[in-house]
Amino acid sequence: MRLEPRPSSAGAAKILWPAGAILATVVLSSVLVMIAGASPFTVFWLVAKGAAGSQFALLETLTRATPLIFTGLAVAVAFRAKLWNIGAEAQLYLGAVMTVVIGTGAVTLPSAGLIPLIMVAAMLTGALTLLGPAILKTKFGVDEVVTTLLLNFIVLLFVSMLLEGPLKDPMGMGWPQSKRVVADAQLPRLIKGKRLHFGFILAIASAIVVWVIMKKTTLGYEMRAVGHNAEAARFAGIPVNRVIAKTALLSGGLAALAGFSEVTGLKGNLTLDLSPGYGYTGIVVAMLAMLNPLGVIAAAIFVAGIFVGADAMSRSANVPSYIAEVMVATSLLTMVAAIMLMRYRVRWR
Amino acid sequence: MNAIQDPEAEIVLRLSGITKRFGGLVANDAVSLSLKRGEVVALLGENGAGKTTLMNILFGHYTADEGEIEVFGKPLPTGDPNAALGAGIGMVHQHFTLADQMTVLENIVLGTQSIWSLNLGKARARAKIRELATDYGLEVDPDRIITELSVGERQRVEILKALYREARILILDEPTAVLTPMETEALFTTLKKLVAAGLSVIFISHKLGEVQSVSDRVVVLRGGKLAGERTTSETTRRELAELMVGGQLPVNEIGPSTPRDVLFELRSVSTPSLGGAALRQISLQLRGGEITGLAGISGNGQAALAALIAGTLEARDGDIVVHGAPVERWSPRAALDRGLGRIPEDRHATGMIGDMSVAENVISEAYRSPRFSRFGFLDWKAAAAFADEIIKAYDVKCPSPEARVRLLSGGNMQKLILGRALDGDPDIILASQPTRGLDVGAVAYVHARLIEARDRGAAVLLISEDLDEIQTLSDRILVIHRGQLSKPSLRGERSVMELGELMAGHGVDEGAPHAA
Repeated sequence: MRLEPRPSSAGAAKILWPAGAILATVVLSSVLVMIAGASPFTVFWLVAKGAAGSQFALLETLTRATPLIFTGLAVAVAFRAKLWNIGAEAQLYLGAVMTVVIGTGAVTLPSAGLIPLIMVAAMLTGALTLLGPAILKTKFGVDEVVTTLLLNFIVLLFVSMLLEGPLKDPMGMGWPQSKRVVADAQLPRLIKGKRLHFGFILAIASAIVVWVIMKKTTLGYEMRAVGHNAEAARFAGIPVNRVIAKTALLSGGLAALAGFSEVTGLKGNLTLDLSPGYGYTGIVVAMLAMLNPLGVIAAAIFVAGIFVGADAMSRSANVPSYIAEVMVATSLLTMVAAIMLMRYRVRWR
Repeated sequence: MNAIQDPEAEIVLRLSGITKRFGGLVANDAVSLSLKRGEVVALLGENGAGKTTLMNILFGHYTADEGEIEVFGKPLPTGDPNAALGAGIGMVHQHFTLADQMTVLENIVLGTQSIWSLNLGKARARAKIRELATDYGLEVDPDRIITELSVGERQRVEILKALYREARILILDEPTAVLTPMETEALFTTLKKLVAAGLSVIFISHKLGEVQSVSDRVVVLRGGKLAGERTTSETTRRELAELMVGGQLPVNEIGPSTPRDVLFELRSVSTPSLGGAALRQISLQLRGGEITGLAGISGNGQAALAALIAGTLEARDGDIVVHGAPVERWSPRAALDRGLGRIPEDRHATGMIGDMSVAENVISEAYRSPRFSRFGFLDWKAAAAFADEIIKAYDVKCPSPEARVRLLSGGNMQKLILGRALDGDPDIILASQPTRGLDVGAVAYVHARLIEARDRGAAVLLISEDLDEIQTLSDRILVIHRGQLSKPSLRGERSVMELGELMAGHGVDEGAPHAA
């Protein structure tokens, strides 16, 4: 078996291959559904209905998509420059820590000042979290996959320590949770009485800003050049190490926004289950979007829909909601395969 | 070669109607070729003409879509490298396939006998190797480790390896690319002895001079097709070149030079090594209005020197002086800011970003200038206009400025690099292997542009492993050997043989005593 590069990938192929990947995901997951003793058609119908079948379902999917858009963007930006940021989870949590540090009463300001202040502080925290591994990579050649991945566990334990100690809510009945952020620090809900909050708008805006950065600015150009061929970029006088550092700041900051928006928009406080792995799922989202910032919005909504829909489905079809995890993981694999098939033609000898 | 042509000689190898397609590309189109006993056939053609594909088919690495191969009258099973070996075909690849940490003897017998009997046969093997070596002028000590050998000696080991396996047909793929002129002479003597002993040789090359001095017959491939077949003694260099190119050859005129001031200078600079020798205390002056040629065998420090001047390799000590002023911090950016135009050795790895567009690639050295960006935002219209400008001025064949560079041919890629490097008329130009792998037309084009730059007063450093190229273009020639430079000589001052001596390390001036 050999791989030959395709001369070019036409516009239609860029839609057809991902669509094929999703179809393959459905077919592969059907096998598991049948093993669980249910009809795939019923199950996928229920998933779709649970994800988008009602106003409640749709809003819930968009709410769940919000943090995934942020982490998906964080990963897309970093991967574009071949900075393998597997640590969006850590950046998310440290962004959330900074949010509760400032937002639970340490600073008193009206909403219009307090929210931007917290947002910037959270972004800086996340940015600096990834800057460390980036510097280790450029200065000493330390593999950032290892450092960012391991940092996730360190940060989670650190947050656990904070929640049992300095950040612990004295009124929390002993639960490891922080105090709630003050009312002025909370993001408004988009529809009264529903969970969808302003963080979603922020996420969409972020995706557009990132798209503009990647397409139109010198920074985006530098990041793409470094990602595609660092040696040629260096030869052309692009400051490769500085570009990687800037990428790390942007990526870490975006991931931290996920933590910021979950705390100020949805949960109100910081707990150890703030993120059920949004940082890792961001990798799937970014890959499904083929690292396109606007594609991240669609991919995040798709992945969130599977999770939300599977929850609803499991209640009525008696198939465990773990099927969602399997589907998301399978979609990552099929997507990676589809991207490869889009670029290369397989020849059998 | 003066072997007496015997029309009655037995045909030892016959390829008939070989066709091989890769997708839409026809790499070999109904190519037929025959080889007689005691004959040297040169397979001549430009890069991409299908020479290597044809030999890979013969050797079983690829399977032909159509056509047949006969060796000594018997059909050769396709797709099986062992079949070719067993039928008595030996191949010496351009890149050697030797186990570096083993001895010559071990390398030669490797794979010819069961590993359990390795020691038992050593004395006999040694005797056989010695005999082959003296018979054919392939002197090499069977008990030395490969890493201790020179490139020429390693090639001899490769040939011995084939002979040891009783090869009757020897295929040499661009064998002289890595050799000094003396080593090339020695190789040709060996080939003469081999054919005298009844072996047959296919000699793959794109160098006309060599083909003429070594072969009995020339088979020319062009674009995968047989372009012609000539008896060497009845053809001319010009005819062969035109068969190879498929038309008239462009000719570059180079007039006398008018040397000006020294524009670029290295003062006793040392560097770490970079895929070859490190530079040791070298000094170098480049004058405006001159092409300075740097000759040398691959791996003697050319890569380090090119990277040093380009700004990607930092000097350990010494000074870089540009326009008479020593430079504090040297980097690609510093080089560009001081008006250097740089053509890197490796187009794909260093010169261009294959997955980005033509427009994105041509602005990579200047994207921060007000011409292409403002307040951090890129002006894609200006970039596309610049790309169009280069495409027109340099006659680049590409669909549009948005086309990905990966899809372009090597020659077109090199034209883009030239266009980028020569934009704004830099007065110091580094051209590192600027024509490697290009077809004759593109080579002439690149040469013309370098001569043009020199004539308008630029200082050009041409680094090349092709001595012909160096001699044709250079007003001043330096030879690099183990990271040290010879004294410069003016055009025509040293003969090919003298340059060859320097390339082999004999008489490099100021040479430190060798550790060995």
